[in-house]
Amino acid sequence: MLTIQDLQGNRKQANRERLMRRLFGLAATLSIAISLLILYVLADGAFTFMAGIDWQWSLLTDTGWFPRRERFDLRTIVTGSIIMGTVAMFVAVPFGLGTAIYLSEYASRRVRTVVKPIIEVLAGIPSVIVGFFALKVIAPDFVVPLFDPTTSRNMLVAGLGIGILVIPIMASLSEDALSAVPGSLREASYGVGAKRVTTVTKVIIPAAVSGLVAAFIISVSRAIGETMVATMAGGFDGAGPYTGWSVLSPGLTMTAAMTNAAGGTDAVKAGPSFDVLFLVGLLLFLITLVLNSIGAKFVNRVRQKY
Amino acid sequence: MALMTPGKAGQTASEITAAQLTSSKRDVAGIVMLVALLLTIISTLLILFVLIGRVVRDAIPVVTGEGTAFLGNTIGSNPATTGIWPGLYGSFFIGVGVVVLTIPIGVGAAIYLEEYAKPNALTNALLVNIRNLAGVPSVIYGVLGLIIFVGWLKPITGGSSVIAAALTMAVLVLPIVIITSMEAIRSVPEGLRDAGFGVGSSRWEVTKDHVLPYAAPGILTGIVLSLARALGEAAPLIMLGAVTGLLPQPSLDGRFTAIPMLIYNWSGRPDLPGEEIGWSNAAAAAGLVLLLLVLSFNALAIYLRNRFEKTRIGQ
Repeated sequence: MLTIQDLQGNRKQANRERLMRRLFGLAATLSIAISLLILYVLADGAFTFMAGIDWQWSLLTDTGWFPRRERFDLRTIVTGSIIMGTVAMFVAVPFGLGTAIYLSEYASRRVRTVVKPIIEVLAGIPSVIVGFFALKVIAPDFVVPLFDPTTSRNMLVAGLGIGILVIPIMASLSEDALSAVPGSLREASYGVGAKRVTTVTKVIIPAAVSGLVAAFIISVSRAIGETMVATMAGGFDGAGPYTGWSVLSPGLTMTAAMTNAAGGTDAVKAGPSFDVLFLVGLLLFLITLVLNSIGAKFVNRVRQKY
Repeated sequence: MALMTPGKAGQTASEITAAQLTSSKRDVAGIVMLVALLLTIISTLLILFVLIGRVVRDAIPVVTGEGTAFLGNTIGSNPATTGIWPGLYGSFFIGVGVVVLTIPIGVGAAIYLEEYAKPNALTNALLVNIRNLAGVPSVIYGVLGLIIFVGWLKPITGGSSVIAAALTMAVLVLPIVIITSMEAIRSVPEGLRDAGFGVGSSRWEVTKDHVLPYAAPGILTGIVLSLARALGEAAPLIMLGAVTGLLPQPSLDGRFTAIPMLIYNWSGRPDLPGEEIGWSNAAAAAGLVLLLLVLSFNALAIYLRNRFEKTRIGQ
C-alpha cells in the first residue's frame, strides 16, 4: 500500500535539498557581490583621488602624464591605448579572421584537427612571455631595422605584441560566428553553381556579419585591457609627455599607467600619484564594459536569427 | 539561360553543358583568396613557433649552465647564478589556492544557474553579470585584490602575500569556471535527470549522482584552463605588490613573488656585453618553465575536451 507519507518523501532529504539550494544560490550571488565590490573600490578610490587634487579638472587635460608632478593628462594614456589597440587590431583582424575563414570553410577535417589545437595553444601563452618576445624579437629584429624609431621600445612594438595576443581570440570568436551560419545556406550557394570564393564572400560572411562584428568589438576590448605587453614594451616607465598620434614614439596605455602607479620601483603607495590608478581603472572598466555589452548584443542577434 | 538556348549546329545539349562545366577559365579570385588565407594561417603558426623557439633558444645557456639549480636557487643579483625558487613557491600556492577556491564556488554557482534557478529576471541578471565579469581586464582584478585582500583582509592574508594573490586569481578565473561548468552541465541529457526524479530522488541527489559525474570531464577542462590562466597572469600581481627584487625566504603570509613577475622584471634588465648568461637568458629560462607549466595544462584541457566530445557522440 502506498501511503501519504511515502509520497511526501522524508524530511531529511527535503532539508538537505533546501540547504544545498541555498548554498549554490549563495555561490551564484557571489558574482554580483564581486561586481559591486569592483565598482565600489574603483569609484571610492577615484573619489579619493579627485578630492586629493581638489577637484581641479584642468589637471586631467594638460601637459602629459607626470603623476609625481601632479600632471594627469588623460589624453596621453587614452591616446596611447587607442594607438596600441589600433595597431593590435591591424594584426589581429587579418590573421584572426583569415585563420577562422580557412578553418571553417576551406580546411579538411584532418587539417582542422591539427591546426585548431595549435591556435588554442597560442591562446594559452601568457602575456608576459609575449612581452618578452616583443622586447627581444619584435623590437630588435623587425621594428628597429624597418622603421628606425628613436627608441626601441615604442607603441608600434607594444601594439604588435598585443596583436599577437588578440589573434587567437579574434580567430576563435570569428570561427564561432562562421560556423553558426546554417549549412543550408552553403549548400544553396554551391547548388546554384557558386564558386567557393563567391560563397564565402557573398553568402557566408554577410550571413555571419553580426558575429564577426561581435568578435571585432570583444577583441578591441581585450586589446585595450591588455596590460603586460604595454607595460613592458610601451616605452614610458610611468611618466611621459603627450606624444600625439605617432606610432613610433614611446607611449603609455591606461593599463600601463595603472601598473606603474601601483608597482613602479619607487612607487609611493598613497597620495594622488597612487590614487590616480583608481580613476584610470574606473575609466577602463567602463570602456571595456560598454564594448563587451555591445559585443554581446551582436552575438545574441546571431543566435536569434538562426 | 544559356542551357536553354539552341546550341550551335551539330552540338548536342550535353556537349554544351560539358563545355560550360569544364570551362578552362582560371578561378583567379578563388586562387587569390586561398593563397591569402593560407598566408594568414601559416604566419599565425609561424609567429607561435618563432615565439616558442626564441624562448627555448635563449633558455639553453641557463639549462646547460645551471641546470636544475635554476629551479632551486633563490633570486640573486647575478643572472648566471640566479634561480626561481621563490617564484615557483608563489606560483605553486597560487595554483593550489585557485583550484581549492574555484571548484566549490564556481561549480556550485554553475549548478545553481543550470539546475535550480528559474528563468526569471534575477537569473538573467546573474548570467549577464557573470559574462561581464569574464571580460573585465585582469589589471582591474588586481585593484580589487589590492583593496580587499591586501587592505581590508590584512589580518587574514598578511597583506601583500601569496594568500592574497591566490584569492585575487581565484576571483579572476571564477567567471571562466562558472561559464565552462555551465556548458558542461547543460550538455547532460535531460533523460538522466528525469530517470532520477522518477525514482524519487531530490534535485541535489540527481545532481550529485547523475549530472556531476556525467559533466565531470567538461568541468575539469574548465578548471584546468583557468588554472593555466591564473599561473600566467602577471598584471594583478604587480597591482598586489609582488616583489620583483630579492626575496630570500618565501612564505605564505609574507612578501611574495611568482614566475610571471620574474619574467617581467628580468626581461627589462639590460644584458652586459660578454656575459655568457645574461638577464634575457634568465628571463627566457623562467619563461620556459612557465610555458611548460601553462602549455601542459592547456594540452591536458584540450585532450580532456576532445575525449569528452568523443565519448558523448552516439548518446
